[in-house]
Amino acid sequence: MSSLAPVRESWDPEALDVDEMILNMGPQHPSTHGVLRLELKTDGEIVKAVRPHIGYLHRCFEKHCENVDYPGVLPYTDRLDYCAAMGNTLGFALAMEKMLGIEPGPYVNTIRVLMAELQRIASHAVAVGTYGMDLGAFTPFLHLLRDREKILDLFEWTCGARLLYNYNWVGGVSHDLPEGFLKACRGMIREYEAMTHPKLVELLIGNKIFIKRTAGVGVCSPELAISHDLTGPNLRGCGLPRDLRKDHPYSGYEQYDFQVALGTGQYGPLGSCFDRNWVRVVEMAESARIIHQALDKLEKMEKADVHEKVPKRVKPAKGEVYFRSEAPRGQLGYYVVSDGGINPYRVKVKSPCFTAMSVFHRLARGLYIADIIALLGSLDIVLGEIDR
Amino acid sequence: MTPQEIHDALKARFGEAILSFDEKALDPWALVKPEAIAEVAAFVKAEPALGFDNLMCLSAVDWPKETPPRLDVVYHLYSYKHDHTFVLKVQVPRDNPRVPTVEGTWGVANWHEREAFDLYGVVFDGHSDLRRILLPDDWQGHPLRKDWEDPELYNGMRVKPTPQMAERYAAGEKIGVGPFDFTPPNLPLEQS
Repeated sequence: MSSLAPVRESWDPEALDVDEMILNMGPQHPSTHGVLRLELKTDGEIVKAVRPHIGYLHRCFEKHCENVDYPGVLPYTDRLDYCAAMGNTLGFALAMEKMLGIEPGPYVNTIRVLMAELQRIASHAVAVGTYGMDLGAFTPFLHLLRDREKILDLFEWTCGARLLYNYNWVGGVSHDLPEGFLKACRGMIREYEAMTHPKLVELLIGNKIFIKRTAGVGVCSPELAISHDLTGPNLRGCGLPRDLRKDHPYSGYEQYDFQVALGTGQYGPLGSCFDRNWVRVVEMAESARIIHQALDKLEKMEKADVHEKVPKRVKPAKGEVYFRSEAPRGQLGYYVVSDGGINPYRVKVKSPCFTAMSVFHRLARGLYIADIIALLGSLDIVLGEIDR
Repeated sequence: MTPQEIHDALKARFGEAILSFDEKALDPWALVKPEAIAEVAAFVKAEPALGFDNLMCLSAVDWPKETPPRLDVVYHLYSYKHDHTFVLKVQVPRDNPRVPTVEGTWGVANWHEREAFDLYGVVFDGHSDLRRILLPDDWQGHPLRKDWEDPELYNGMRVKPTPQMAERYAAGEKIGVGPFDFTPPNLPLEQS
């Protein structure tokens, strides 16, 4: 229990020991994945304490939401986690559907699953690719970005946007899949499975230098992970098989056959930076499996109107809802309060990156400065979602 | 456990401190006395039958038009062990919002409470490090409150348009955005 007690640390420069130094890292540091500032108290090369400063990218998301109507919130949610925008809009659309009692048809649900899983591959491609780059491996990043580009091309073909899609609407999706999409998507995923994924495992994950830099660094115990609400790959890296797609399926995830990726601790203690990345890599392969099944379903399915269930006016009754979905970076929760009007009364986003960052100061104690970079990248944060 | 059973367990342990219970809501919630929330939090985590080891979300909501005007702090709880959820709420007066901290129970509450303090001005008693988190340290006021007005200036930088600028905005003039040239660039025609 004592390890979970709040950390009280003095940051008074006058109170430093002779050997100690306060070192500033960021906000314009390439490996902080955005604009994050870390204050490190160091003793030589060893980090004794860390204080993260966030908020450089704060854009008043929650205040904006109170001044637009419900469908108007969707484009704002895109801009939270800009590496995985499909997951953000899906979460908000599902929250609103829970509030309004709308059930989209199987055609829309299958498209949503397909898009969410494509987005998961694209998002993990950035996460693992840039992580390798942080540690000095440039090649895997190029392989992964090539495949991410192909996925973004598919998105662009479908809805016209490459980064911020506004694709999942309340009750439906904005555009039907174009003619020939299924074939192109199948080809792309086959290529990914045959070429990029084995290359990724060979070049990065199985690389001795990578293993030495990550295994045993930043070990997080399951208790600490749950107490600090780590979710998604960060939680599964601790060996806990918890995935909302399995535990509380939404959008018909219960119809798909896939495994929950788990950290195994194969090269060191369980819950290290290696395990978190291992989970992401396995998850990419599992997402490819889900995509194949979704494509199979869509090939057999009659086309349906994707706007059929979209309400003319979103005006939920007085009340509130909390809905969480499994975004690529973890559980993304939306707390929406309605006062019966056409604008939300309150929207709060529980961001998985925000909670992952809140545990950083505990995991970073006693690491080398170079390992701070390894730890930060392994938590896979996107500052747009932390700062909102 | 069902929400009703969870409420009954809380009621049996805390009695008067559990003020009300709404079972009909989408996510059933119980209203707790503000002074008791830290004990209730420690109890729901430690009690084996409840086992709420995870705080999913902590949010504040501003209700200035209610009588009396109040701020709600909402705790969304989840149990990994039993796979059930529950919602706790506390209501505090708007002019003196003080709530005991729950960071000793769930580590993540530390940052969530800093955020609620930053944007709503809820003071969490006993918090180890109650500083602003999203806004700059020298920011004045709590912007997510419903009666928030933008300040004229922040550190000498203009935040709000002057009345003259507002008039020009209203007249449809584009201030500070242009002039943009929307004619297509003169590119060589594609060879056919």
